[in-house]
Amino acid sequence: MNEIKIKQVLSEGVKDFVVESPVIAKKRKAGQFVIVRINEDGERIPLTIVDSDPKGGTIRLIFQEVGKTTCAMGELEEGDSILDVVGPLGKATHVEKIGTVVCVGGGIGVAPVYPIAKAMKEAGNKIISVIGARNKDLLILEQEMADISDQILVTTDDGSYGRHGFVTDAIQQLIDDGVKIDLVLAIGPVVMMRAVSNLTKKYNVPTQVSLNSIMVDGTGMCGGCRVSIGDKTKFVCVDGPEFDGHLVNYEELMLRQKAYLPQERKSHKNHKCRMEGME
Amino acid sequence: MTESPTTGKPGPNKKAGKRNKPKKPKVPRQAMPEQAPEIRRNNFKEVPFGYPIDTAVIEANRCIQCKKPKCVDGCPVGIDIPGFIKAIAERDFEKSIRIMKEANALPAICGRVCPQEEQCEIVCVTGIKGEPVAIGRLERFIADWERDSGNVSIPDIPDPTGRRVAVVGAGPAGLTVAGELALKGHKVKIFEALHKPGGVLIYGIPEFRLPKSIVMAEVDYVKKLGVEIEYNAIIGKYYTVEELLTEEGYHSVFIGTGAGLPYFMNIPGENLNGVYSANEYLTRSNLMRAYDFPNADTPIAMSKKVAVIGGGNVAMDAARTALRLGAEDVYLVYRRAREQMPARDEEIHHADEEGIQFNLLTNPISINGDEEGWVKSMTCLRMELGEPDASGRQRPVPVEGSEFDLEVDTVIVSIGNGANPLLPEATPALDTNKWGNIIADDKTGLTSMKGVYAGGDIVIGAATVILAMGAGKEAAEAMHEYIMSIDV
Ligand SMILES: Cc1cc2nc3c(=O)[nH]c(=O)nc-3n(C[C@H](O)[C@H](O)[C@H](O)COP(=O)(O)OP(=O)(O)OC[C@H]3O[C@@H](n4cnc5c(N)ncnc54)[C@H](O)[C@@H]3O)c2cc1C
Ligand code: FES
Repeated sequence: MNEIKIKQVLSEGVKDFVVESPVIAKKRKAGQFVIVRINEDGERIPLTIVDSDPKGGTIRLIFQEVGKTTCAMGELEEGDSILDVVGPLGKATHVEKIGTVVCVGGGIGVAPVYPIAKAMKEAGNKIISVIGARNKDLLILEQEMADISDQILVTTDDGSYGRHGFVTDAIQQLIDDGVKIDLVLAIGPVVMMRAVSNLTKKYNVPTQVSLNSIMVDGTGMCGGCRVSIGDKTKFVCVDGPEFDGHLVNYEELMLRQKAYLPQERKSHKNHKCRMEGME
Repeated sequence: MTESPTTGKPGPNKKAGKRNKPKKPKVPRQAMPEQAPEIRRNNFKEVPFGYPIDTAVIEANRCIQCKKPKCVDGCPVGIDIPGFIKAIAERDFEKSIRIMKEANALPAICGRVCPQEEQCEIVCVTGIKGEPVAIGRLERFIADWERDSGNVSIPDIPDPTGRRVAVVGAGPAGLTVAGELALKGHKVKIFEALHKPGGVLIYGIPEFRLPKSIVMAEVDYVKKLGVEIEYNAIIGKYYTVEELLTEEGYHSVFIGTGAGLPYFMNIPGENLNGVYSANEYLTRSNLMRAYDFPNADTPIAMSKKVAVIGGGNVAMDAARTALRLGAEDVYLVYRRAREQMPARDEEIHHADEEGIQFNLLTNPISINGDEEGWVKSMTCLRMELGEPDASGRQRPVPVEGSEFDLEVDTVIVSIGNGANPLLPEATPALDTNKWGNIIADDKTGLTSMKGVYAGGDIVIGAATVILAMGAGKEAAEAMHEYIMSIDV
């Protein structure tokens, strides 16, 4: 069960696993995720299902080594197994033909945006992808994104590759160029999703974001994953992970994501990986 | 509690097994030895130690063996209480456990967590003049005796019937159904959402009240009956109920998914860091073993001052867990009076002894945070009791101008659980009521879907282990009849 069939390194600290999981491979839809636990002492962490091969019975998971669990997971090799893989969780992306969809992925966020962009493309939409990273080395899945996009724009914060700047600069450019955008889908660090949402709100462009809150069970049983959407509290694991980007309380989400930072540091101090990355 | 200390002495009525007259001088209800409050508040070990053999025999001899035992009527699963107690009095423990298991497959659990004081013990005739027989403690005793003896007997399983049953959820309801149907020769598989079996018994009820090893022993027993368990299988997502009945080829399905949807208060500040549902707090500590952080990877707040909102068993468990995790002050904030608390007396008593501070007739109206989004206090109102409400309990009404701040860094909301909608939403043919509970027949557990049965908390709302088991038993019988009536 849950054997790692293929392991690749996409960039420093970013690993790409193909994991045996036949039922989930068949069931999963774009936008859904799994929760994994790697050993008896392990915590349960959510990871987006990036792709699946229903015939081969595998799913693809991409993750960045940011904490104890992801670092330990990164040390697993082909042939090793992940102790628990639960899913497919969350609501699937609502996929329909609406016109032009701008798919925005920042950093590791390109991984979860990929399956949605792919599904949107298959539904007949025009896909403009905007992917960004801090620098060239951290950029992932460029070719795969290009393959399913009608147009792709790449940005790096330091200008080491593609356009110098943030993904929001590229979106602004599209808007300035008069591209009619029917939907923006943005996934990445919370600050990026907030920036994208602030921008698109000005132009009334509908925007969906996918939230990555701390989870335990993933079934709506604990409420640990809750976020404020407008004036309502929602559970990301069952009500999401996708929400209207214009309604998300990003400040609260950012604070909640840091809830265990002191403990994480303590538990992780002997580990070589760094804690930064997802903020 | 006014109980004599346990001495382990045989007592004056050693041979009383044969003769069941009331004893003279009256033997008091035997206390169960337990860890002292100052010690136990610092560890997760079980609080009571259980009866030593001789004490159990003394207690068993207090039972006057009524001809028409009211206690049996009080028991939701109809255990032959005088029967199993008489066997203890006669020191025939094997016989006692056999009698017990005819009606109850999980006595080690029920002996620990059932509200006997509202069920069997409340109607005990001995209790009219003195104190009732300690039925729950004897139940626990005989179950522990069997487990300690190491030879838990596995009944003979009849030839396979060729029928296959899927059970959703490995809580007490699901485990009971699975065990009962396996005993009838059906092939049973349980699908469990989490990575461990037991439901609330594992993720909710803490170790100091119900050791995990006991739950696991009971689960092992069910497995030895031939029941298979698949973990990490969330029905509604992984398979639908429909698929279980068609592609997966099960002849019948039982749904025992429990009441896993935490209610919040909807007051300002509830999404601050440091605010938990009791479910999350207990799940982190129990299932994920956050008390052992950083050896276990799952963290939990390192709290100093904790407010637990609510007055039920779950609130007591959360409060007592917070204490054991190192909190200095734990306040139990409940809007009604002590007499109205739904928690078991024993739990309230234990919490009190351990130093939980009861803030009764107190209602939180907001949780206040610091700049970093962490809880720093909770604003509350004092309440007083007014007119009785629909439930017959006096309704608490706010005392004007009584607002005050309770300085806390953690708030645990424990005001109840609703029906988790995940499975029903994925199963449109399944009828639910306005609270989201699955509608099932009182007697059989049959739902609006052919071949699909349900029971436990998902049907009646958050209740008790024994009621979940009772529902499981009844459903198992109906399911057996149903699957034997269809051609396979
Ligand atoms: C903290 C706490 C303390 C309590 N103390 C007591 C007590 O002292 N005495 C007492 O009698 N009662 C007590 N109760 C109540 C008692 O535990 C419950 O009434 C009882 O466990 C209900 O049993 P159940 O089988 O219906 O559901 P649960 O025990 O809730 O089990 C349901 C199981 O189904 C699984 N599940 C849910 N959805 C799915 C799905 N879609 N697919 C697969 N699996 C799924 C869950 O993970 C869980 O394992 C307490 C409850 C809590 C929370
Ligand atoms: S992770 Fe527990 S409710 Fe969402």
